[in-house]
Amino acid sequence: MSLVDKTAAELQEMIHTKETTIAEMTQQAFDRIEALEPKVDAFLALNKERATEQAAEMDKVPFAERGPLFGLPIGVKDNIVTEGLETTASSRILEGFNPIYNATVVEKLKEAGMVTVGKLNMDEFAMGSSNENSYYKKTKNPWDLETVPGGSSGGSAAAVAAGEVPFTLGSDTGGSIRQPAAFCGVVGMKPTYGRVSRFGLIAYASSLDQIGPITRTVKDNALLLNAISGHDDKDSTSANVEVPDFAAALTGDITGLRIGVPKEYFGEGVGEAAKQAALDALKVLEERGAICEEISLPHSKYALATYYLLASSEASSNLSRFDGIRYGYRTEKAGSLLEFYMNTRSEGFGDEVKRRIMLGTYALSSGYYDAYYKKAQKVRTLIKKDFDDAFEKYDVIIGPTTPTPAFKIGEIIDDPLTMYANDILTIPVNLAGVPAISVPCGFDNGLPLGLQIIGKYFDEETVYRVADVFEQATDFHKKTPQTWEGAAK
Amino acid sequence: MAKMTKEEVIEVAHLARLAITDEEAEHFADQLEAITNAMELLNELDTENVEPTTHVLQMVNVLREDKSIPGLDRELMLKNVKEHEGGQVKVPTILE
Repeated sequence: MSLVDKTAAELQEMIHTKETTIAEMTQQAFDRIEALEPKVDAFLALNKERATEQAAEMDKVPFAERGPLFGLPIGVKDNIVTEGLETTASSRILEGFNPIYNATVVEKLKEAGMVTVGKLNMDEFAMGSSNENSYYKKTKNPWDLETVPGGSSGGSAAAVAAGEVPFTLGSDTGGSIRQPAAFCGVVGMKPTYGRVSRFGLIAYASSLDQIGPITRTVKDNALLLNAISGHDDKDSTSANVEVPDFAAALTGDITGLRIGVPKEYFGEGVGEAAKQAALDALKVLEERGAICEEISLPHSKYALATYYLLASSEASSNLSRFDGIRYGYRTEKAGSLLEFYMNTRSEGFGDEVKRRIMLGTYALSSGYYDAYYKKAQKVRTLIKKDFDDAFEKYDVIIGPTTPTPAFKIGEIIDDPLTMYANDILTIPVNLAGVPAISVPCGFDNGLPLGLQIIGKYFDEETVYRVADVFEQATDFHKKTPQTWEGAAK
Repeated sequence: MAKMTKEEVIEVAHLARLAITDEEAEHFADQLEAITNAMELLNELDTENVEPTTHVLQMVNVLREDKSIPGLDRELMLKNVKEHEGGQVKVPTILE
């Protein structure tokens, strides 16, 4: 009996028919993690003892009291705080940090009865597109262990692709859920800004960050978003809007749906394979009754510069809290208070984090504030307006998630601008704040490609409906990577 | 817009409380110069009459009733503190 290719509904069915128990399933998840980690390196801290205890208790709960995700294993990105379980955001500066409370999403996972099995590797403080910026390890792409899983939620995407866990949480500031989901051939959703509480998410760029689910299927993704969504008094930026049942939105009917296809997402800098796979996907949706029309999001090319100015500025402010006084890494070498701060931060942060802190500090410094920070905020208005205008006529906007499939480890790590270009198709979405999903839509030389479906504010339902229709019509999500062969059952 | 020079990198690093060596400053200056050059693209756009966006959703102040509520337990709060004594955070002796 293998659990790795099962959906939530199938796993529940197996529990109901006594084919397995929650305790057994949890044990299997850990066995599989143990067998695959030497290859994939997706996990940081594991929660084995507590998860095992919790699972045994949960088997005693009557079926009538269980929801659709009850007892199922989940991994959590390491920038989401988990009480009593080491949380580092993959940074040396938080080595050994043991949170004293849970993020709201972690509390919600508990309410849904999910079993947190461990924390997932990422680019340090969510800054990066390859997971190579982790202080602790480099996660590998299960489809080709010499390539990157994407980032920054690379561990979260790789763990699902490898079948280590069926569910994970990631976070997305400029593409950090969707790009690794595309690279690893899994489903990743960045919800509308404000849909999910950020309380307990270690802040990178507060006006852009959003937590979201990574899964193998669209339906499971919708179920997990159901569990984590909702207004939270502890996050003043969480939206007080009704949360629909996202899974109920999967009606299979997209007749008459209007799809805008931005020409800029099929232009310069986007590879042929990615373009072709997206065009083929659009044909599939047309055959199911959707209407596709070319549109323009004219300010797309300005998104990357806008994003790096705004995100770095917010990061430089957010990361000023790491000073070595109350928690985290502390330098051994300090003759003065200033040296104490400077050495602690220099030894504790990696290069990409330092680069962005410096860029942000520069953009916010007097004399440059108007030219950089304020300018970027104004361009953000124009980018947002592109989407507002398009959504007056169209229900969703569709294109490739990334310009290329996954690249080799070490290939572009020394070239920040080329690395940043990975996110040209995902960044505009964060700047506008709208929701978007990546679903598997093809392969290029054996590496997965993703289709990005972008929706209106708080209309994740339509996004999921379209994604589900595409998934039902294709079998890309059923393909499995090489790491599955010979792995523990 | 101006490009970031090595001197500016050193100054900015100081403002951000990051110790960097001369060699690192040079390396970061090369990279940050390329990055800030790429940001110049925004100058193409006339944004004279455009309002800045700080947040995509309408934000309102969130207020609560002004009454005292218990905070976190002190023992718990000190859990991640490297050194503490008598309920207070200990820092290295520093004379300035």
